[in-house]
Amino acid sequence: MSLRNLIIGGTLSGVFLLAALLSFLWVPQDVTQLDIANKIRPPSAGHWLGTDHYGRDILSMIMVGARTSIAVALVAVGIGMGLGVPLGLAAAARHGGWLDEAIMRGNDLVFAFPSLLIAIMITAIFGASAVNAIIAIGIFNIPVFARLTRSGALSLWRRDFILAAQVAGKGAVRISVEHILPNVTNLLIVQGTIQFSLGILAEAGLSYVGLGAQPPTPSWGRMLADSQTMVSFAPHMALFPGMAILLTVLGLNLLGDGLRDMLDPRLRRLR
Amino acid sequence: MLQFFLKRLMALVLTLVVASGVIFLCLEIVPGDPALYMLGLNAQEDTLAALRAELGLDMGPLARYWAWVSGMVVGDFGISYTYRTPVAEMVAERLKVSLPLAVYALTLSTAIAFPAGIWAASRRGRGADIAVMGVTQLGVAIPNFWFAMLMVLVFAIQLRWFNAGGFAGWEAGVGPALKSLTLPAIALALPQASILARVMRSALLESLNEDYVRTARAKGLSRGQALWRHALRNALIPVLTIIGLQFAFLMAGAIIIENVFYLPGLGRLVFQAISARDLIVVESVVMLLVFAVVVVNFLVDIAYALVDPRLRGQV
Repeated sequence: MSLRNLIIGGTLSGVFLLAALLSFLWVPQDVTQLDIANKIRPPSAGHWLGTDHYGRDILSMIMVGARTSIAVALVAVGIGMGLGVPLGLAAAARHGGWLDEAIMRGNDLVFAFPSLLIAIMITAIFGASAVNAIIAIGIFNIPVFARLTRSGALSLWRRDFILAAQVAGKGAVRISVEHILPNVTNLLIVQGTIQFSLGILAEAGLSYVGLGAQPPTPSWGRMLADSQTMVSFAPHMALFPGMAILLTVLGLNLLGDGLRDMLDPRLRRLR
Repeated sequence: MLQFFLKRLMALVLTLVVASGVIFLCLEIVPGDPALYMLGLNAQEDTLAALRAELGLDMGPLARYWAWVSGMVVGDFGISYTYRTPVAEMVAERLKVSLPLAVYALTLSTAIAFPAGIWAASRRGRGADIAVMGVTQLGVAIPNFWFAMLMVLVFAIQLRWFNAGGFAGWEAGVGPALKSLTLPAIALALPQASILARVMRSALLESLNEDYVRTARAKGLSRGQALWRHALRNALIPVLTIIGLQFAFLMAGAIIIENVFYLPGLGRLVFQAISARDLIVVESVVMLLVFAVVVVNFLVDIAYALVDPRLRGQV
């Protein structure tokens, strides 16, 4: 079961990652090139997934859009980990202290804002762009990783090998980096995959309402927004970008499930 | 119990104070002068000054923060810069759509998730379980606004069972109003129901492994009886947490879904306010949503402590 998840998930997300990378070198048709004579064509031999209302090739748009989605979600996970993990480590190392309390209350605060509201506020302040979408999604990732790291680290701090390290004279920072961090990496990888997939969904939602990447940069959410008024006579324009989001997110979720089962033997035994 | 309650209440108030400060600060640094925006670029300097005074924009930031917060406590959200009507009235009007939508979606998601989760857990590893898990895996991965578009394509455009968008209004009667909220509510409920069904299933599986279930079985209860009488009650704790958390996601998700269906709810209000630089509206709606989320989570915490005395010690 877990191996199957791993293989299906890895293949699905791998395909989209490759498509995104390939788009830097080659796409079937330049996405900035308009071809009004061939607008809103259903799938054909020349355009495998059809064309949009400007005659752009939808397959090419999806490939370049994958770039936007993956970049936004990946950097947002990076922000969440980069800030959340040190915060979580610090909170656990000083468990019960003011730092722990402050970090956890700060996390509660971010959790109290529905993530989309943060995104909307940020774009209201700084304007709509892919970079601001990254910041908006990334901010919401920070408490997720901080909490996870803290709870993982807290249970480790009670273990004997940490006591041994303390006896050997290592300070809290060194213990956190040398002993705690390697032992929470599995947790972080699994959560990272999940947040990555949530990030893709969030980016799609933001660009759908016009708060993500701005035209002419193709993005999956934007493609869906464009297709909305034409869905009655050109369903292919809505179908394929949506499928791209669905399959990528599904792939990442399955990959996350598979990785969790593989990396956490305790869970594997329970199943 | 009283101490627990007071501690949670203090945390609630503190969160709200900090949140209001953050929201105020964020919108404080937004470039652009609302008075200039309202009057246009050719406005006279003295008219601008008069309008700024009328809107309270000539006060210092602290005074304005205080006026905003103290006003909100008594239900005065200020006057919209663009519509010149009290924000509280606009919000109340929009809440008539957004709140029923959120409740409708939450009801749907619970109504779907409970039976699905229980069914999957009681048929663990068999066809029904695998089918439920497969569907929920899809439900979690599907972007709900895309699902909404597909439903519009099938149920509104092809089958003509529903309108593609818009809100009938409560004046038209409860039936038509609920009908126009049905597709949006399903779209909002689908991902939530999938998550909830998964949580229900795993919580139930976990409590089915407990000793008290074995005891119940040893006493002669059938597997089904043990599940309904003993395991289910204990599985409800994590399920309730998720329902509480989902409220926040429903409110936020509604912002996008309202745009798909052109529903005149809070979400559309926020978007219109952002593009019109009507910051007082943005500020107030965001604060209201944060307030709703914080209060719901507070109530969930209190409900737990009432149900499970063990949790009272952990603040």
